[in-house]
Amino acid sequence: MEPSSPEVMLAFYRRLYPFKSIFRWLNHEHAPTRLFTNREIAFTLQSDVYLRYNSFITAEEFKKQTCNLNPTRFEIGPVYTARPRDKKTVRPAAFTPVQRELVFDIDMTDYDSIRTCCQGADICKHCWGFIGAAVHVLDAALRDQFGYKHLLWVYSGRRGIHLWVSDQEAMGLTDEQRRSVVNYLTVVQGGKEQHKKVNVRVGTRDLPPSVQAALEPLVDIFSDLILADQDCFKSDDGWEELLKLIPDATIAKELRKKWLAEEDRSSQEKWDDLKEAVKEHTDKKTPERAKMKAALEDIILQYTYPRMDAEVSKHRNHLLKAPFCVHPKTGRVCVPIDPAQIDKFDPERVPTVGKLLRELDAATAESGTEEHSDWEKTSLKPYVDMLDKHAAGLMDEVRRGKLATDMTW
Amino acid sequence: MFSSRQKAEVHIEKQASWLKYPHKLNLYDQPPLEDITVEEFESCAIDRLRVLAEIESSFARNRPFDELKTITLAQCEKYLPMASNTAITVDRDAQRWKDVVGHFVLRLAFCRSEELRRRFVKAELTLFRVRYDNCSPSEIKDFLESRDFGWTQVDGAEKTKYFTQLRALSIQKAAPQQKAPPTDVEHLEEFHKVRWTRVPDLVERRKVFLQGGWAYVPAREQASIVFQEFQSRLENSLEMTAKALPRLDEDTRLIPILENLSQGFLAGVPSEWSAPEGSGEEIRADMIDELSRKHFPMCMRNLHDNLRRDHHLKHFGRLQYGLFLKTLGLSIEEALLFWRRSFSGYTDDQFNKNYKYNIRHSYGLEGRRANYPGKSCQQILTSDQPGSNDSHGCPYRHFSPDNLQTALLSMYASQGLTTADLPEIITTVKAGHYHVACTRVFEITHAMQGVKKGEGIGGGESVTHPNQYTTTSRQIERALVESVKMEVDGDVHMET
Ligand SMILES: [Zn+2]
Repeated sequence: MEPSSPEVMLAFYRRLYPFKSIFRWLNHEHAPTRLFTNREIAFTLQSDVYLRYNSFITAEEFKKQTCNLNPTRFEIGPVYTARPRDKKTVRPAAFTPVQRELVFDIDMTDYDSIRTCCQGADICKHCWGFIGAAVHVLDAALRDQFGYKHLLWVYSGRRGIHLWVSDQEAMGLTDEQRRSVVNYLTVVQGGKEQHKKVNVRVGTRDLPPSVQAALEPLVDIFSDLILADQDCFKSDDGWEELLKLIPDATIAKELRKKWLAEEDRSSQEKWDDLKEAVKEHTDKKTPERAKMKAALEDIILQYTYPRMDAEVSKHRNHLLKAPFCVHPKTGRVCVPIDPAQIDKFDPERVPTVGKLLRELDAATAESGTEEHSDWEKTSLKPYVDMLDKHAAGLMDEVRRGKLATDMTW
Repeated sequence: MFSSRQKAEVHIEKQASWLKYPHKLNLYDQPPLEDITVEEFESCAIDRLRVLAEIESSFARNRPFDELKTITLAQCEKYLPMASNTAITVDRDAQRWKDVVGHFVLRLAFCRSEELRRRFVKAELTLFRVRYDNCSPSEIKDFLESRDFGWTQVDGAEKTKYFTQLRALSIQKAAPQQKAPPTDVEHLEEFHKVRWTRVPDLVERRKVFLQGGWAYVPAREQASIVFQEFQSRLENSLEMTAKALPRLDEDTRLIPILENLSQGFLAGVPSEWSAPEGSGEEIRADMIDELSRKHFPMCMRNLHDNLRRDHHLKHFGRLQYGLFLKTLGLSIEEALLFWRRSFSGYTDDQFNKNYKYNIRHSYGLEGRRANYPGKSCQQILTSDQPGSNDSHGCPYRHFSPDNLQTALLSMYASQGLTTADLPEIITTVKAGHYHVACTRVFEITHAMQGVKKGEGIGGGESVTHPNQYTTTSRQIERALVESVKMEVDGDVHMET
């Protein structure tokens, strides 16, 4: 059987998909609000037909329709001024997106030029390190600098990760504000033809405070991931790319000569060579030293700083695959991830829909009854619990907010 | 003892506080409460629109801010002058009242669609920035102190806490030749704290320090907070006005004015262009072929070519072209001659019966004897949309891009327009800036006479009326002929 055949998917939606938890996470309250009823859900059917502008009043209705349509996956869009399913009957002016989680999408393909273990659609726990680095930086930036608290990280099912920020302020951001968050957080820029992709400082002066804050954890990550694990500068292409980022021609020339002669030098050794050459050729507290220090910092950023798909984040009405959907090729479930545990996460150990259904069959054979929402009996449980805990945090805040308004009359 | 100068300043200050509008800058949160006549309603709005339309066309032409500022201030001087408080001989309140009335009338005109709102906000914000930029430091200080902008000044304790980060922002700015970045908190510039969502442009460019959702804005970027405040207030007000508007619709006198104003944005300026008095030399029927090749904008050139090819023009085409020729200086006698010859397939009887009356009518000699002016770009763009067999209208708007490119080359190649010019023109057209495209063609076809890119029909102004296009083109030619004549006469030698 295919990892995600229609029969498998239908059983998954009927018995495992946590519709109630998703409802609470989107709705922020127990009783349905506009956050859920005016929310667009877009289904991709087995026939590849794309069905936009669905909306539901309750979690039950949501589940019923999903089972009827039995899609391969579905996406979550913005909250509109009217119910998306009434789109055809309301004036266009009365149908505009007003709220939506601030979302981010990081995909492994953006790292293809630097990762050495896999290419294209593949991913392994080695290159997951890049995703880990991105999560560390973005999670800290959004919490510390933007003050957001309700961040949900979700595995995209194959080779990337999504982030959903549900804080009230984040939900209400305009497209212009979303664009500025993205541009503020974008540090690595430029296509294939541009070698130096980090250009965020004025001359060789200090990095802007936000990038400086990101650099600190990335120095260690660079050492573990780029030098040791990926060994990025081992191959000729790899170290040639590194030399292109060195602004001092003498140093670059000397290193090229050395590395051509000694083919076996590891990335760690080459990085040490580079640091040694800088010490040798430039004096402390000179502009030349400052230039090289800046260049080295920029190299660390270029190899480790998060690379996001900016377009996903810039528009309120962008649709993004819902958590707990199944990736059609891998059969893996898009489960939430605890950012504190990101380095231990192994994409190959994420439960597949087939495995979950087998677990469920084993459990029902024992108890003799088939029940709905049976995820509690499977290895999906810790992930649903994670979403429930996250939604509870959101609902708590809404409740406290309401209480506060009641007290201030 | 006061020196005489100090006395004068004290006096002025007192004067300023008596003003109903004490500041040149205005966030427009108070609509004018006085009675306004319909004439004032319209004229204040049109004058303001002339300024805003020039700002819009500056955007379309990608003018750098400094250039835009110069052009906008010149246009303000003409239509919307605004004196400083120190100009005690000027009725500053009257000027500022006009500014406020114009702004509020245009709100009514532009609140009606999302697109119009967006364009209006952008143009108004730019006008505000230009004026802000043009204010003296003390005018800005007074304005900033006059109201609460919702910022908190960052105190010493916080400055100490975030010294490294705040200092990094100061370093970013310091040019090499300037003194070293501050080494202690006392020498750090002032910072104000606002929610980051109020200064997204500064966040985007990393010009602020962000902590817990608060943006620490350095003093030199404070203006951004004010601009953002201006923009979000205006956006909100426009949406509220849009909701309230149906009630206003009862005053039917204002509706046509508002319609007219909002259409003015489409064409640039609502221009009632008339030929400069006195210079209106007569043109004769037999001059028109040559004039059309050398001086006509595309809409009129197209009508002329169609007339020559088909020996006929349909009603709206005759009207558009006939009024244009009349305004150009074609007398009724010459007009009858011109049209009679052009309609060569018709008998005298047919011509007299079917067409003569209309021609005389357009000269105000029949019917209610109104003297109709030549149609402006705005009227051509927005009224009497051409059907598939019509040749009137604005080719930039009403031709398909393919036909437009072919027509541009066949009409203007002899005056220097090449295929290399087409992409820019088509891009402008696709963005809906038809008058800018026409202006660009004017510049290209007059480059040999010394018209440069960005100059438009003089001083950077855009084409807003076909007659203005033609008259300017003829003036340029005449000036060249004059200068050449002088050279031949030997009286004056041109410097080359
Ligand atoms: Zn890998």
